[in-house]
Amino acid sequence: MRKLISIAAIAAASFTATVSAEDIAITGGKAFTNGGSGEVENATILVSDGKITSVTPGGSVPNGYRVIDASGKWVTAGFMAADTSLGLTEVSLSGGINDASAPKEKGAIGLSVVPAFNPANIFIPNTRIEGVTRAMTRMTTSSDMWLGLGAVLKLTDDDMVAQEKAFLAIELDEGSAGKVGGSRAVLWSKLHEKFQAAKDKMDAAAKKDDDDKKDAKRASAADATLNAVLSGDMPIYAIVNRKADILQLIAFQKRFGIRVILGGAAEAWMVADMLAASGISVVLDPTANLPGNFDVLGQTSAAAGRLHAAGVKVAFIPPGTHNSRLVVQNAGIAVSMGMPWAAAMDALTVNPAEMFGVGDSYGKLAAGMDADIVVWDGDPLELMSSPDAVLIAGTDMPLVSRQTKLRDRYKDLDRSPAFHR
Amino acid sequence: MKIRGLNSTMLKRTAVVAALGLVAAACTPGDGEQGEFVDIDRDPFPSSYTPLPSSATLITGATILDGNGGRVEGDSILIENGKVSAIGADIAVPDGATVIDAAGRWITPGIIDVHSHLGVYPSPGVQAHSDGNEVGAPVTADAWAEHALWPHDPGFIRTAAGGITSLQLLPGSANLVGGRSVTIKNVPGRVAQDMKFPGAPYGLKMACGENPKRVYGDGSRGGNFRPHTRMGNVSGYRQAWADAQDYQRQWDKYERDYKAGKDVLPPARDLNLDTLAGVLRGEIRVHMHCYRGDDMGTMLDVMKEFDYQIASFQHAVESYKIADKLAENNVCSAMWADWYGFKMEAYDGIRENIPFVHKAGACAIVHSDSSSGVQRLNQEAAKALADGRKAGVDISKADAWTWLSLNPAKSLGIDTKTGTLAAGKDADIVLWSGDPFSVYSKADLTFVDGAVVFDRLNPDNNPVMDFELGQPGEGDVK
Repeated sequence: MRKLISIAAIAAASFTATVSAEDIAITGGKAFTNGGSGEVENATILVSDGKITSVTPGGSVPNGYRVIDASGKWVTAGFMAADTSLGLTEVSLSGGINDASAPKEKGAIGLSVVPAFNPANIFIPNTRIEGVTRAMTRMTTSSDMWLGLGAVLKLTDDDMVAQEKAFLAIELDEGSAGKVGGSRAVLWSKLHEKFQAAKDKMDAAAKKDDDDKKDAKRASAADATLNAVLSGDMPIYAIVNRKADILQLIAFQKRFGIRVILGGAAEAWMVADMLAASGISVVLDPTANLPGNFDVLGQTSAAAGRLHAAGVKVAFIPPGTHNSRLVVQNAGIAVSMGMPWAAAMDALTVNPAEMFGVGDSYGKLAAGMDADIVVWDGDPLELMSSPDAVLIAGTDMPLVSRQTKLRDRYKDLDRSPAFHR
Repeated sequence: MKIRGLNSTMLKRTAVVAALGLVAAACTPGDGEQGEFVDIDRDPFPSSYTPLPSSATLITGATILDGNGGRVEGDSILIENGKVSAIGADIAVPDGATVIDAAGRWITPGIIDVHSHLGVYPSPGVQAHSDGNEVGAPVTADAWAEHALWPHDPGFIRTAAGGITSLQLLPGSANLVGGRSVTIKNVPGRVAQDMKFPGAPYGLKMACGENPKRVYGDGSRGGNFRPHTRMGNVSGYRQAWADAQDYQRQWDKYERDYKAGKDVLPPARDLNLDTLAGVLRGEIRVHMHCYRGDDMGTMLDVMKEFDYQIASFQHAVESYKIADKLAENNVCSAMWADWYGFKMEAYDGIRENIPFVHKAGACAIVHSDSSSGVQRLNQEAAKALADGRKAGVDISKADAWTWLSLNPAKSLGIDTKTGTLAAGKDADIVLWSGDPFSVYSKADLTFVDGAVVFDRLNPDNNPVMDFELGQPGEGDVK
């Protein structure tokens, strides 16, 4: 009996395995090729070897291409959730360890999340079948302000890390101030000291001649990270909410000339012009509109629209890692509160792609880009729309998850549904 | 002692109990020396709610969902004296009435959230405001949510912007028995009693599963606390009900003896058992936090063993696994559209839970348990409706609205007052900018008893709660 079951399980597993990168043509749909703009009616999108090879109005389909008919449907790039812990956390409460949380770790500057990443996590299929094909993932907790090096995921079946060490996450809010000494004064002082020391070290190393450099020790992971940030190769993702703290962050950015993405950003809209002038982009949750603590008194769901109007690039935080898929609803909510539809679409695609360093390969429907393409049965931001097809890096993903299997098992109730496969 | 605070608006079951109480109080002592009969005041914190001022209002030309499965296009609704006075095609405009042209817009009954912690866990959510879990013991039926209700929670006005007209405010789920809930009308008040829904029965919050066994079983509250397991949970509920039965018998005996002319003292008052006995007498409704189907199945038998009714399972993430049993036992499920996965007992959540419960003929409710989610319960219903349709469960938008107002009202025992749009019912109404199943639609006007409590197009008219005064973002669009 046990043997029978395991054979059946293997059969079931292979049944759901994805079809490897085939040549696919998506035809007849209304395509948005550049976030929420670049509309192409009756688009023919050709996909080969995991990449988009062309997007044309009308156009013929070469022999050998499997056609996905998108007539009457909407076609967009796969969406990206801009701040999650996807693949790092299973069941966060009393459910074993949570790799997104390292409450005993100090000074996690050079720590990459990738070794902790679990591609078998069930939240990943639950997310991608809703049209979210990419996610930024990071740690949420340490014993100080340093949250290590986050990554960008593509939510396929394997090889999911699209960009390792995509950013250095630093928490600069009330919570981390409490951990590093009990005051924001300590927090900002420590941050400045750390960066100044790294900068001094870099400057000193640059002055050494080549012989000295040979003898130099290999940089620690932390030093290498700070060097990458100081030299502009890597952005920091700074979690900051209060207006006064955001002003501190802007000053910090000016002092060291680094690239900054502002996460959380409750009161960012109050200094939208300054953020735009500083080139700081913002990742926020458009549903956040309550004075939940003294860092976020001014937050409003109108923030995304206001920041966009000021010229700040925006992306969205979903409501929790397991519900990363709801980043799409959050975009709709931002629209209902004043953000233009096209800007909200940008915030789901090209904006996070650019912020987190994958804009060359993902975010648009254009020749040469990874084929992350979603065919929707209506306006993708609408609550009652859903994907009919999801391609990720050219693979047509089955719209199956552990949730859809449970659904199918309990559609008709009987005594022992465990025998339904 | 007389029973006070019971008025004619009290609902049926409460009225019956009140009548019994009056009989007891009227009983004359016998010849022997007998002290005054002691009866327990069942309503020591009576509602001081009064409707806000309102004027006659006729809203014309809207798509109207009546909340009971009905839908009409282009009809009008008349609000007078805080009540719905008419719905139809040709309603004469009363003198002095405000007329609102709502062509292209939708009207629905106000949404009722049966699971809120607003006021007891208010914003800002600082430690000083943590008033929702009386964790000193696993059974605290003596704790009442209304005693922690901060009427100035900014969350209340946010929910009015989401079309919420009534809420049940509950204690948290740390305890086996957390305490009494309170049902409110969503209007600002200076004291909690100003918000209490007149005549609404009390609820009792109980909790299954992981939370109580984690809170008491992890040792952080000392070694003597139970439960540590689901076994201990169920033992805890059963012992509590057994104690309540015993307590009620003592009071019944006291009443019998007194009526027989004996000079008897009443039993010692026990505030915890007062509430539990109120459930056994059918006066207080049980709303039980329960995720797993098997946990709910156990509680259905505990319910029968002690002869009480569970009004609703809250969260009820696995109701879809036992929806037929829930229908048979007349227990509502208050559910999220798509929350799952954050704990083991939420691991098997599916997006079709609500429509599958509906399909089985059981009572389905969309709830929030969230100061954010409560602002968009219409959107939660829309997602659940779409997911159900895709799975082959064909439900109309008009029927789906029963998840948001009528079924919640039934579970709270206020459905004779609110929850549907019909002549004579409280004018708890939302005028939506468009189809409320669209993400782009918002409440333009929210009425409670005919008075506007939120006006999107005139933000200056909206309440600003005390805490928000003088703070960043005061009076801003939220």
